[in-house]
Amino acid sequence: MLEVRNLAKRFGGLAAVDGASLDVAEGEIVALIGPNGAGKTTLFAAISGFVRPDAGSVRFDGAEITGLAPHLICARGLTRTFQIVQPFETLTVRENIAVGAHLHRPARREALAHAEAVARRVGLGHRLDQPAAGLTVAARKRLELAKALATDPKLILLDEVMAGLNPTEVDEVVSIVRSIRDSGVTILLTEHVMQAVVSLAERVYVLANGKVIAQGSTASVTSDPKVIEAYLGHGAAERLRSRKEASHAS
Amino acid sequence: MSARIAGCVLLAALLVVPFVVRSEFWLSFWLLVLMFAFLGQAWNVLGGYAGQFSFGHALFFGGGAFGTAILQVRHGLNAYLAGAVAIALTALVGGVLGYLIFRYRLRGAYFALVTLAFAEVARVLIASFEYTGGGFGMLVPLAHGAANFQFSDRRIFYLIVWALVAGGCLIALWLEGSRFGAQLIALRENEDGAQALGVDLVRTKVLALMLSAAMAATVGVFYVQNFLFVDSHIAFGPAMSIEALLVTIIGGMGTIFGPLFGAVLLHAVGELAKQITGNAPGLNLVLYGVLLILALRFLPNGLAGILGRKPKPVRETADA
Repeated sequence: MLEVRNLAKRFGGLAAVDGASLDVAEGEIVALIGPNGAGKTTLFAAISGFVRPDAGSVRFDGAEITGLAPHLICARGLTRTFQIVQPFETLTVRENIAVGAHLHRPARREALAHAEAVARRVGLGHRLDQPAAGLTVAARKRLELAKALATDPKLILLDEVMAGLNPTEVDEVVSIVRSIRDSGVTILLTEHVMQAVVSLAERVYVLANGKVIAQGSTASVTSDPKVIEAYLGHGAAERLRSRKEASHAS
Repeated sequence: MSARIAGCVLLAALLVVPFVVRSEFWLSFWLLVLMFAFLGQAWNVLGGYAGQFSFGHALFFGGGAFGTAILQVRHGLNAYLAGAVAIALTALVGGVLGYLIFRYRLRGAYFALVTLAFAEVARVLIASFEYTGGGFGMLVPLAHGAANFQFSDRRIFYLIVWALVAGGCLIALWLEGSRFGAQLIALRENEDGAQALGVDLVRTKVLALMLSAAMAATVGVFYVQNFLFVDSHIAFGPAMSIEALLVTIIGGMGTIFGPLFGAVLLHAVGELAKQITGNAPGLNLVLYGVLLILALRFLPNGLAGILGRKPKPVRETADA
């Protein structure tokens, strides 16, 4: 459904994304992980049209979407959430979600009704008339999810929707994300909360320094020496293994 | 909600004016207030709802005023046709200008400066050519009659402008309950967030600017039909641009009746100051300034804000 090939984006001398490729098939939940500064957010921005990639291609649903404006990509059914949430502060929760609902629903009444239904799905049903500016972090994350969901996407890119949440809240969002997938929406997410990655993702890509350095199941990826080194530094895998062997020996 | 009720009451009261007020002076005064209220509403569409603060709405007011004057005087067009063409052309100019401005992502202070610059360029250009009336301005020949959109009875004209203001409030009401308005407000609140939800930034803002320009041009056309005279200083001068944004900011940006509240208050105070000070030159402007400062300091949501439609939301927590 989504094919990213050799995508590259430089900011001045820094290669934020450096020839990254990944695939997401319909109905999957795929995670993109990597240390801070690996280029995850830039890769998302390049896929969703917010930054124009310098090289490479993005295909969605069989069509080339590289470099299209964000609203056109969204209209094709690929939308994103932001790591730093982007609510419409003075609007209520209902009105916020309705902006997304309006994409395929010109009538105000229909958009508001759909917004209400979506709010219920993400557990914001009791906050419909509250202004977005007054929401807690957890509620803002849900609102971010709800706005994207209201556009009736085929694929959602979730950029750290669980960052800053406590474990209980993470569990709640995990089950919301799973229910979104079960309703037929494909999901590509970045996340630092490994609890969420492990319980959600069927496949994982690991990004470091703008390159995909590993992919596969969560278990295989987390034991990959390249991944350990990307997170913990050069030589870390070696030291970990020797320590493990030492503890086995004793 | 009470701001809306107050707005409706005020609008109704203004409808009664021509039947009660006998003095030609006061009728003209209230007529001008209504025109500025609609000019403010034009600014409100772009500044209040779309969050793009223009400092050059005189460009569109002047476009309408000079457009209709030139078409009538130089080309002998009928007043109605001339007015309609002038409004359409000004909207088109707004569209082209808007496309250039928004395509290149000019916002905030840059947007304000660019609009101011275009209005100033227009002011100088219009004053430089014989065809546009040069330094004298343009006089539309007096010819009373409904066919020429000139009325010897000013009350008729007053009622037409009143209907225009009521129409302006309906436009704002439509914005608040339509997809287009929702998209404009979303862009005002958060451009990235809106685009991620499929809002076409350039198209939406350009349409808002065109609507705003057409409304401001309409005021220009009515101004000419009322005074039968316009020059480049009146039409394109910064005073007109400031008028448009001042009444709206004081009255309440992004509200249906804000521009009307602002226009009534500002001009009532200004006129009062003139009467009290015996026309001491410039004193009403000092009052304008003081009022603006007070409004900005104490009324972030304008007069419509004190009437209490939406209390400023309070954050529950300090967010990251």
